[in-house]
Amino acid sequence: MSAREMKTFVGIDLGSTTTKSVLMDENGNAIGHGITNSRSNYATAARVAGQEARVDGRFTLFRRALGDAGLIGGQLDDFLVELERSFRLEQFIERLDDLETTCLGQMKGGRFAAVEARLREALAETFLRLRSEAAELFAPGAKRKSDFFRDIAGARFYGHAETVSREVAFPYEVLLNVYDKAIIEVENRPPAGGLDEQFRRALARVLSADGGMGREAAEIRDCIEASLRVEFGESYLVGTGYGRVTLPFSKEHIRSEILCHGLGAHLMYPRTRTVLDIGGQDTKGIQVDDRGIVTSFQMNDRCAAGCGRYLGYIADEMNMGLHELGPMAMKSERPARINSTCTVFAGAELRDRLSLGEKREDIVAGLHRAIILRAISIISRSGGVTNEFTFTGGVAKNQAAVRELCKVVKDNYGDVAININPDSIYTGALGAAEFARRAYEGGARPEGVA
Amino acid sequence: MSPATVRSKTADVEKDASMRKQKEMMAAHYDRLTSAPETGEKVCSTFVPGNINELIGCFDLVNNLPEVNAIQNGLRRTSGQYVLEAEKIGHSEDVCTYVKSDIGMLAKGNVAPNGKPFPNPDVLLLSYTGCFTFMKWFELLREQYKCETIMLHTPYMGDGKITPNMIEYMVKQLREEVIPKLERVSGVKFDIDRLRERLGRSAQAEEDLVHVLNSARRRPTPIDAYFGGIYYIGPIFGAFRGTEDAVEYYRFLRAEIDARVAAGAGPVTPEGDMAAEKYRLVVEGPPNYTNFRQFWKMFYDEGAVVVASSYTKVGGVYDLGFRHDPRRPLESLAEYCLGVYTNRSLPMRVDMLSDYIEEYGADGLLINSIKSCNSFSAGQLLMMREVEKRTGKPGAFIESDLVDPRYFSAANIKNRLESYFQMIEQRRAGERSAA
Repeated sequence: MSAREMKTFVGIDLGSTTTKSVLMDENGNAIGHGITNSRSNYATAARVAGQEARVDGRFTLFRRALGDAGLIGGQLDDFLVELERSFRLEQFIERLDDLETTCLGQMKGGRFAAVEARLREALAETFLRLRSEAAELFAPGAKRKSDFFRDIAGARFYGHAETVSREVAFPYEVLLNVYDKAIIEVENRPPAGGLDEQFRRALARVLSADGGMGREAAEIRDCIEASLRVEFGESYLVGTGYGRVTLPFSKEHIRSEILCHGLGAHLMYPRTRTVLDIGGQDTKGIQVDDRGIVTSFQMNDRCAAGCGRYLGYIADEMNMGLHELGPMAMKSERPARINSTCTVFAGAELRDRLSLGEKREDIVAGLHRAIILRAISIISRSGGVTNEFTFTGGVAKNQAAVRELCKVVKDNYGDVAININPDSIYTGALGAAEFARRAYEGGARPEGVA
Repeated sequence: MSPATVRSKTADVEKDASMRKQKEMMAAHYDRLTSAPETGEKVCSTFVPGNINELIGCFDLVNNLPEVNAIQNGLRRTSGQYVLEAEKIGHSEDVCTYVKSDIGMLAKGNVAPNGKPFPNPDVLLLSYTGCFTFMKWFELLREQYKCETIMLHTPYMGDGKITPNMIEYMVKQLREEVIPKLERVSGVKFDIDRLRERLGRSAQAEEDLVHVLNSARRRPTPIDAYFGGIYYIGPIFGAFRGTEDAVEYYRFLRAEIDARVAAGAGPVTPEGDMAAEKYRLVVEGPPNYTNFRQFWKMFYDEGAVVVASSYTKVGGVYDLGFRHDPRRPLESLAEYCLGVYTNRSLPMRVDMLSDYIEEYGADGLLINSIKSCNSFSAGQLLMMREVEKRTGKPGAFIESDLVDPRYFSAANIKNRLESYFQMIEQRRAGERSAA
């Protein structure tokens, strides 16, 4: 059977912290979402996020195909979760291979000539241990602080390298040095290897692990193969976000993130009139009309106080993952009263409070409240909160921030419907994809995309 | 490229002939000022809003304008170090950066743009027009120079009108305070006929300036009334109002703009004639001077042109009809001070901006809110909402500073500007599809 091309539209939101991508079909359905860390290299981030969205889009096609064929029945969701886990493991292993090869590549030029043999030995042992626990990292219910390769591989590498260096009496710093250089290289190229092959291997693992599906295995495989033959044709692309101007896109392919967030929120919740976006670098208050057209907006000035990055600093300062801050704040019963949301002084504020004997959860809860108060001030400058109110951006994933927002909105604006989409982080990319789809409908063609 | 426009070899910047002429005038003025110790001319420091240059000229005093010096330092990128110097002395981060640039410049040798030191002023003449900080600034300068200080108090137009009482109050101050003190400092006797002559020349230049500003009602507009406008107001807001130089400059400028109109040309930018005009804006608030060209480029790159601005009215609101009048010399100086933009109430400013949007066919109001200037910034958001309501045109808000480079975030401002332009575009498309 020959390949079939499917028209798709791509929206890319290059945030200061993460880069998001949405793949949309010609009916305006978002079929794939991809995210990666921006790592100050927007071109790579855009490529990686785009690929992630296409991977996710592939899963949507699997779901459609398997659903249409009436296969797997009530367990379709579980099956797809399992398949994705297996696929991520495949990707992780391939990237570990890439990382190891890159580490070994550093021996060229005799930089490590004096210790080369022992370095090879130590690396081999470290990677052996990393590989042996890989399946465990992606097992059902396994908790990961982050989904980014750098974060997972980094944390594990440091741990194993330390043990190995002790066992074989090899300097730990040399291993770290090799790793630090290699990870930058690895991170700055999109995952290699054929995606189709990775899907096939992932599927084989899932099917072999679950004997119960043996009866349908051949049909499932056919369905997946048929979906893999669909090619995503990139009909038009629109970029937005902080790094948009650094991309090799012509002007027609760039939209303001304020417009994209407004439109994205409108697509998710057509009745929304006010949008709050708290991203890594800025906070935006946006008012939209009944067509998702922006009527007014305000954002923070050059100071990024109270934005997502602020929470990032706090997390670093507390030696915690960003995702752990919200749950910690939720434990607080008496949030501390904090006035400053200055990112530069975030660490000092925290240490001051700790030295005064305040509880960590109370301080963190207070910090969340301070962020929300600042955001509400920006929103009120943009025209206030009108029904319905949609909260987007990375910080909308933080339950403690959401809890504070609901309280503050209720106190100031009464009962207003507050929407928070599980995919809220993709709001800007969704708006951008829709702008791409509309541009294409209006006759625009992707000229000038490098 | 229009015939009057040439590309300067040194800075690779397009300049109108009028701009070059003005540059020469400014250079000559700074030379006159810095040579005062040798020539024996006496120096009067005063401010742009409400400056009574015609009167100062009657006493053969040379005019020195500290805000203009701060602007020059901003454009020449020296204000940053002066601001830091002033902060080192103890002025807080939130103090007006014109003040800090001036104080910092004083601390660092008080060097004029021509590289020679500014002379000490012989008199400080403050015509108070809506900015309280100006008064404090002059108190600092008085401390520094221990010279004669004159305060001409201009009542605020809180009720939106000039009453006969106000004029009488100001004329009394001019007669009893300002003129006698200027006579004493200068040693020159006041001659009202000299003043009348100067006022006559002012009115002539004002007439030509208004002609130029009004040209922005055309499509395409031949001028940018904010970035370009700052050049156009230079001589009349600065040291030249009432002089033959100013009369000549504005006659020349008027002819230059008329030629652009005849040629169907748009505004000139530092990179040549502007491409097609896509967005017509009214702008409220001063510009940023430390990144002036970068800021301007963010507009013309997107096809945005400013057709009217409030900032080009801080030294006189001539387009609403006021002219200096030789028949009523002192009264007319009083009316001039009362009418400047910074002395107008919020409702008056709202009226003016709303009218501009209608009369100049603008797409909306953009406010550049100045971090360190509370007298300009307070109330601006309210004004924006009101103008939006009245005109149905969208407003937008950006933030920067006069001459403190730390407060200019290019990415942030560009982001907001582009969002605003795209918002205008999106609304137009929405209106088209609804129609």
